Amino acid sequence: MSEPRVFTLRRRRITDRVMTYLCLGALLVAIAPLASVLGYVTLRGASSVTWDFFTHLPAPVGEAGGGMANALVGTLLLVALASCVGIPIGIFGGLYLSELGGGRFGWWVRFTADVLNGIPSIVIGVFIYALVVVPARHFSGIAGGIALGVMMIPLVMRTTEEMVKLVPASLREASYALGIPWRVTALRVTLRTATAGVLTGIMLAVARILGETAPLLFTAFNNPFWSFRMDQPIASMTVQLYNYAISPYDDWHRQAWAAALVLMMLTLVLNVAARTAGRRRYAKGR
Amino acid sequence: MLRNEVARPLAGGRPGGPSLGAAVKRRGERRADLLFQKVLAGFALLVIVLVFGIGLSLLLAARPSLRQFGFAFFWTSKWDPVHNIFGALPFVYGTIVSSALALLIGVPISLGVAIYLAELSLRGSAVVLSFIIELLAAIPSVILGLWGIFVLVPWVRGSVEPVLGMALGWTPLFSGPVYGIGMLAAGIILAIMVIPIISSVSRDVLLAVPQEQREAMYALGATRWEVIRRAVLPYGRVGIIGAIILGLGRALGETMAVTMVIGNRPQIVASLFQPGYTIAAALANEFSEASSSLYVSALIEMALVLFIVSLLVNAAARWLVSRVTSSVGHL
Repeated sequence: MSEPRVFTLRRRRITDRVMTYLCLGALLVAIAPLASVLGYVTLRGASSVTWDFFTHLPAPVGEAGGGMANALVGTLLLVALASCVGIPIGIFGGLYLSELGGGRFGWWVRFTADVLNGIPSIVIGVFIYALVVVPARHFSGIAGGIALGVMMIPLVMRTTEEMVKLVPASLREASYALGIPWRVTALRVTLRTATAGVLTGIMLAVARILGETAPLLFTAFNNPFWSFRMDQPIASMTVQLYNYAISPYDDWHRQAWAAALVLMMLTLVLNVAARTAGRRRYAKGR
Repeated sequence: MLRNEVARPLAGGRPGGPSLGAAVKRRGERRADLLFQKVLAGFALLVIVLVFGIGLSLLLAARPSLRQFGFAFFWTSKWDPVHNIFGALPFVYGTIVSSALALLIGVPISLGVAIYLAELSLRGSAVVLSFIIELLAAIPSVILGLWGIFVLVPWVRGSVEPVLGMALGWTPLFSGPVYGIGMLAAGIILAIMVIPIISSVSRDVLLAVPQEQREAMYALGATRWEVIRRAVLPYGRVGIIGAIILGLGRALGETMAVTMVIGNRPQIVASLFQPGYTIAAALANEFSEASSSLYVSALIEMALVLFIVSLLVNAAARWLVSRVTSSVGHL
């Protein structure tokens, strides 16, 4: 009887070893695309990013050179408008959730925010198209900015809530004990203490909308010329990148890789900065 | 409202003795506090208004198409903008097949990653590796699509599809000419996009499994894998299913990367080597060019379907995950 038992134990150990390596293999397979994307974007992008890229307008087909200066400015304008929409709503909503959101209404707000976070960005684009573009009868930077702003709201709201919740109750109580009204305490004691954490949430949200293309396709549309007017169609790096990527021209492909490099640097820097800052904050809060 | 009750008697209660002026001031302070709380609640309410608004406006804008085609919209496959005949079946089919493919490829890898991060790796390396996996989620979809066109598709055309064709060419799934661009490439790129979500949420779920669960199994003489297989995974099963559904939600609505590699041809064919089309890709490509109002309305009806499905999928996933762990990642 002892023979099969020994065999079984050996087999069990082998299974254990094999499954451990399979899991490690899965990890490597998951990281491989990231390494490949980073590598290709860096290599191909680095040879295409020139000074002209940041200072010139897109060149017509067949003409070498040109840049994406207008799209760069357009993206900055769109993100700025989105921030004006998303950050106040997100912060005040998050403050509500953490300070007063214990009841059923708070639960529903939290739930809907999470669901809104999961709605495909292209659907948000269609919504803003129906809400803003159709009544105005033309594409506009305003519509694009609002679409991105809507996407920011749930992200900022939920991180604000979590960060404000980390502020110790004793701080609020000390403020009340000094006779400081509730609203002043909430804004200038509680929220201010959580500033670093809230900024983390904002950076993550900006990093996310910076790379969004789908909600801009039929809201901000695109514009090959200089334009700072938000009531007109406006260029963005992502839409421009998309148009260049699916074009058949080598010159445009180069521009696409350059745009990808610039965009990825921005997103990665924001993400790394936000996450390292956020982690330190979190550890302190505990 | 508990904090509210506590705050009320304290608000404005300055030391200095009761006087008429102080009382009036205190009442003013309280009114201002209540007003401020209402304003905050208003901001929070905006989220609910927004989600209802999205649903309602899509429904209204989709009405012409709903009236014209009824439910036949979803099981007819003729998509002819010139003659104003719209059937969404190829798009629904493409969305389902590409998402299913993404889960088929992505779920085993994600579970391996989650198990490795939660159970097998050293704590220090787990933090770094989790961070790297989460970075994958931060890559903009359009950049992944660019990489898809110039790196993934040639690789699929040159290496993956010929091998699959040789080994499994007798099945309708892997037969026919290879293009590179097509359903398989879309499935792979979607898998890359769902892996960070599924693996990081699953990791949180596994980390929430009580330590006693493992110790009891070790006490019975189990190997580490047996502990994971028989004590940890069954405990976290509900949460892991939630994580997978969360990944499904992402795959169903993913737009840019899919649009760039799927080939954008509305057809229903068995072969995964052939081009296909998804709802999201159709919206991205055709929306700004839609010429007739019925065309726009038909596209909006598809957006409505995407909205409803992602609503249900997300609600279900968050409910399942919240049964195991209180924190759902913000991915």
